[in-house]
Amino acid sequence: MQWIDRIGQWAIHCLAEIGEMSLFFFQAVFFVARPPFRLKNIFKQMESIGVGSIPVVLITATFTGMVLALQSYHGFKRFNAEGLVGTVVALSMTRELGPVLTALIVAGRAGAAIAAELGTMKVTEQIDALATLAVHPIQYLVTPRLIAGVVMLPVLTIMSDLIGIIGGYAVSVNLLGANAGVYIQRTTQYLELEDLFSGLLKAAVFGGIIAGVSCYKGFKADGGAEGVGRATTGAVVVSEMLILISNYYVTAFLR
Amino acid sequence: MKAVSKTSPMIELRDVYKSFNGHPVLKGVNLTVSAGEGMVVIGGSGTGKSVILKHIIGLMRPDHGEVIIDGQNLADMSERELIEFRKRFGMLFQGAALFDSLNVGENIGFGLTEHQLLPRDAMMDVVRQKLLRVGLSGIEEKMPADLSGGMKKRVGLARAIAMNPKIILYDEPTTGLDPIMSDVINRLISGMNRDLAVTSVTITHDMKSAYMIADRIAMLYKGEILESGTPDEIQKSSHPVIQQFIHGRSEGPIRTD
Repeated sequence: MQWIDRIGQWAIHCLAEIGEMSLFFFQAVFFVARPPFRLKNIFKQMESIGVGSIPVVLITATFTGMVLALQSYHGFKRFNAEGLVGTVVALSMTRELGPVLTALIVAGRAGAAIAAELGTMKVTEQIDALATLAVHPIQYLVTPRLIAGVVMLPVLTIMSDLIGIIGGYAVSVNLLGANAGVYIQRTTQYLELEDLFSGLLKAAVFGGIIAGVSCYKGFKADGGAEGVGRATTGAVVVSEMLILISNYYVTAFLR
Repeated sequence: MKAVSKTSPMIELRDVYKSFNGHPVLKGVNLTVSAGEGMVVIGGSGTGKSVILKHIIGLMRPDHGEVIIDGQNLADMSERELIEFRKRFGMLFQGAALFDSLNVGENIGFGLTEHQLLPRDAMMDVVRQKLLRVGLSGIEEKMPADLSGGMKKRVGLARAIAMNPKIILYDEPTTGLDPIMSDVINRLISGMNRDLAVTSVTITHDMKSAYMIADRIAMLYKGEILESGTPDEIQKSSHPVIQQFIHGRSEGPIRTD
């Protein structure tokens, strides 16, 4: 019967962690509306989460758009529907791949950086030092990152959507011999503003997940360098899992 | 040694219990520090000395028992009140805990800037003055990574006193420093206790440091305060544990395994 005990303990541990993480998250959200507003910190975070991620996001989006065009061309050719490649690329990029791939990349890049930085601050007692100087560590460290994540992920996603669509266009028109005019017409014909918005909303949710989870993991780091390493790994793994899981539910909710 | 007025206690820990993951660290700690007194808590590594400091400044809350600072029970305070209350404290961390993304001047002036206590020029004056107080000057623009261990400690000390606290907490101030730098730090601390009329609690296992800083010494052993008294009283204590500890012997009732 020991295994039942283990499962029980594991379940309790998980629930406790989820509870703690939610509490942490809501505290950070609470401080969004409470002065002082740390614009300098927010912009600094926007730069490191957003601007710093642009090159990787763009390269990923370009090749994703390109391969999407290539794959759907070969697939659709079997039933003479090559004409729909533009539509497929545009819809896939805006609704799904733009936000999800961007989020996964940012989780690996910026999420790891956040967890490592805050984790180091935690194990060297800098977070405690903040508190002793009468500054709320969540307000000072987490809220700016949360705002930066929620704002910058949609911005990166728009770039990613656009570049992906351009990549698909380049492959279709230049390599696969599609007619440029028809391709553009097919791209815009079925693409609605709603597709774009649903992608951007997802991106904002993912941005919140990345910042929240990574900050939480950093704040909970203990045990020196090894602990910081664990926190960093944990931040990336948990963020990516939550991104993929919430992706389904947000999509289903938006239908 | 200065005369300590018999006023109401500035810091009082009443029957404080704290455990981590089911492992008890504090098991009914009682500790009283009068206003203006320099208290030193001694005890072996890993016996929970730092945990006591973190309770005094409200970074940790006791599982059981009360922490009363200047007549106010920390348990009655909301998170926000507690943060406000911490403006009365200064704390020197073991590893100095300087913010490594900020330079020395910004570190020392951090509290002043955050709470907008002073205009920028006046703040820089305070920074310069506090740096001088710890025997440093002209390093405002340096980053913490460029400083030696002893300098970091002194900058940490300058940051701790920047907001003119009533209570200063020192977490192992001499750990990791060479004997000369330890002496510098000890002199700074005892000088500061004398000149600034602050109440201080120092955690250490360096007996030389303890004798230099302390008005009173308390020994933490197995999660409780074993005995407390003036440095003389502690030196003359008949308790074998205290004798073993202050003379640094490996043989005795304290198990070293």
